[in-house]
Amino acid sequence: MINQFFPNVTMDDLITATNETLYMTLISVAGTFILGLLLGLLLYLSGPGGLWHNKILNWITASVVNIFRAIPFIILILLLFPFTDFLIGTIRGPKAALPALIIGGAPFYARLVEIALKEVDKGVIEAAKSMGSKSSTLIFKVLLPESMPALVSGITVTAIALIGYTAVAGAIGAGGLGDFAYFYGFQRSDFDVVFICTILIVIIVFIFQFIGDFVSRKLDKR
Amino acid sequence: MISIKGLSKVFRTKHQEVRAVDDLSLQIKKGEIYGVIGYSGAGKSTFIRLLNRLEDPTDGKVTIDDQELTSLNKGKLREARQEIGMIFQHFNLLWSRTVHDNIAFPLEIAGVPKSERTKRVNELIDLVGLSGRGNSYPSQLSGGQKQRVGIARALANKPKVLLCDEATSALDPETTDSILDLLVDINEKLGLTIVLITHEMHVIRKICHQVAVMEQGKIVEQGDVLDVFLYPKEKVTKKFVDQVMGDPEREHSLQLIKDTYKTGEILRLHFVGENTNQALISEVSRKFVLDVNILHGKITQTQKGAYGTMFVQFLGEKEEITRAIEYIQSTSVEVEVSPDD
Repeated sequence: MINQFFPNVTMDDLITATNETLYMTLISVAGTFILGLLLGLLLYLSGPGGLWHNKILNWITASVVNIFRAIPFIILILLLFPFTDFLIGTIRGPKAALPALIIGGAPFYARLVEIALKEVDKGVIEAAKSMGSKSSTLIFKVLLPESMPALVSGITVTAIALIGYTAVAGAIGAGGLGDFAYFYGFQRSDFDVVFICTILIVIIVFIFQFIGDFVSRKLDKR
Repeated sequence: MISIKGLSKVFRTKHQEVRAVDDLSLQIKKGEIYGVIGYSGAGKSTFIRLLNRLEDPTDGKVTIDDQELTSLNKGKLREARQEIGMIFQHFNLLWSRTVHDNIAFPLEIAGVPKSERTKRVNELIDLVGLSGRGNSYPSQLSGGQKQRVGIARALANKPKVLLCDEATSALDPETTDSILDLLVDINEKLGLTIVLITHEMHVIRKICHQVAVMEQGKIVEQGDVLDVFLYPKEKVTKKFVDQVMGDPEREHSLQLIKDTYKTGEILRLHFVGENTNQALISEVSRKFVLDVNILHGKITQTQKGAYGTMFVQFLGEKEEITRAIEYIQSTSVEVEVSPDD
C-alpha cells in the first residue's frame, strides 16, 4: 500500500532515516537535560535571592545562555564544525549533529529550568533551611523534586524543538528524516518522500508530547 | 533558656532604612509558652526569624540553652537549627512528599537511619492525631491536618524550642482551637518551650503564659498574660485586649444598667485569674437570702484561670446584702459596690 501512495519511498531507507532521527533526538534530549539543568540551576542559585547569590557568576552564566540562544541553529552548526570534528572525528552523520543539538538546546532548556525553579514555594525553601538543610539537600531534596512537573514539561517542549533542529541538521548532512526529505525528496522532486517524512516527524512529535504530558501529570501531586 | 540581648535588624534599600527589629531584649524561660503579639508590620515576623537566623541580625545576641546562636558559623548553625523546630502560617510542606515523608525530612537531614526514621515518624503521626494518613499527600489534607503535619515535622528531631510563625492565622476558628490544644498538649507532655507570634489576642489568651506586645520593632509591654489583660498600659495593648473581651463601652452600658435596675444593690465583680471562686454567684445565693440577677459581663479562660468582669444586682434585706458583700470581699474576687465609672 505504501508503494501505491508513495511510489518513490524505499522502506529500508525510511526506517534508517527514522532511526537516525530518533537516535539524534533521544541522545540530544538526554544531553540537553543534563547540561540545561546545570545551567538552569546555576542561573537560579546565583541569581537575586538565590542560595549562592553572586552577581558576576550570574552575569557570566546569563551571557553564555543568551549568546547561544541568539545564534540561529544552522549557523551554530557551521560555527561548531571544528569543535565537532575534534570531538567526534567527523562532521557528517547523526553522531556529528549531537554537539550542535545539545549546545543549541541546553541554553533554551536552562531558561525553562530557571523559570521552574523560581516557581518553587519560597516558604518551603525557608522551612528546609529552618531544619538545617545543606545546599545539596536543598537542591536534590527540595528544589528539584518540587519543580519536577515543570522540569518535565520544559524538557518536552525542548525535545520538540530538538526534533525540529534534527531536520535542519539533516539538511546539511546529518542524516535522519530531514536529510531524507531534502536530498531524496526535494532535490529529486519526489514530493511523496517529503510528505511521508513530514508525517513521521509529526507522529514522533505527538508521541513525545503525549509521554511528556503523561509523566508530568503523574508526578504532580499538587 | 532563651536570652535575647539588644537584637536589631535593619533592612536597607536604596531610598530608605527600615528598623524591623529595634534593640530588643527578652528572656524566655524553659517550658514556657511565650507569645509575641503585634499588628502586621510590627516586626514580629522578622523577630521570630532572627531566633533561628533565617534572618541574620544587624546587631545583638540570641542565646538558646547556653549556645550563642549569633556567633555560630554556617555548619554549626545548621546543627543548632536541628534543635529548633519551626511551624509556619502557610504550613510549607513539600507537596511532592507524602505526610510520612514530609515528617521524615528533618530526620533525613539529621542523618537518622531509615528504620529508626520510620519508627519515629509513626510515633509523631500518632502524637499529632493523623493515624492512617501517612500515605496521603498534603493536597489531600485540610488546613488543620496540614498544620498537624507541620507540627509533627517540627518535632521530629526532638527540638528544645518550637517557633510558631502565625501558625493558626490561616485556619478557621474551630481548627485554630484544635491546633492550639495540640500545642498546649505538646508543651505539657514534652516540656517544650514554645515561642509564637500572632496578631490574634485569642491565641495569647488561650495558650500563652507570657506575652510581649510589639510595635515598630520594639516591645512596648510584656509580662504575665493575666497582668497584661488586667492592666494593659499601652494603647495597642488595650486594643488587643478588647479583641477578646469585646469593646465594653463601659459607661454607656453601666448607665443603662443603673437606669433600668433601681432596686437592691448593683455590684461589679472582677474575676482575676480565678481557679477557686468560679462558682461564686451560686455560692452567694445559697449562703445568703438573696436574689442574684446577672446583668452584664464577660468571663474568659486563660492559662492562669478565669478572667473578666461581671455586673450583678443583689435583691434582698439590706443587712443580708452587706453580709454577702463582706463575704465576697473575703475571697479573691474583687468587688465594687455601686460602680460609677
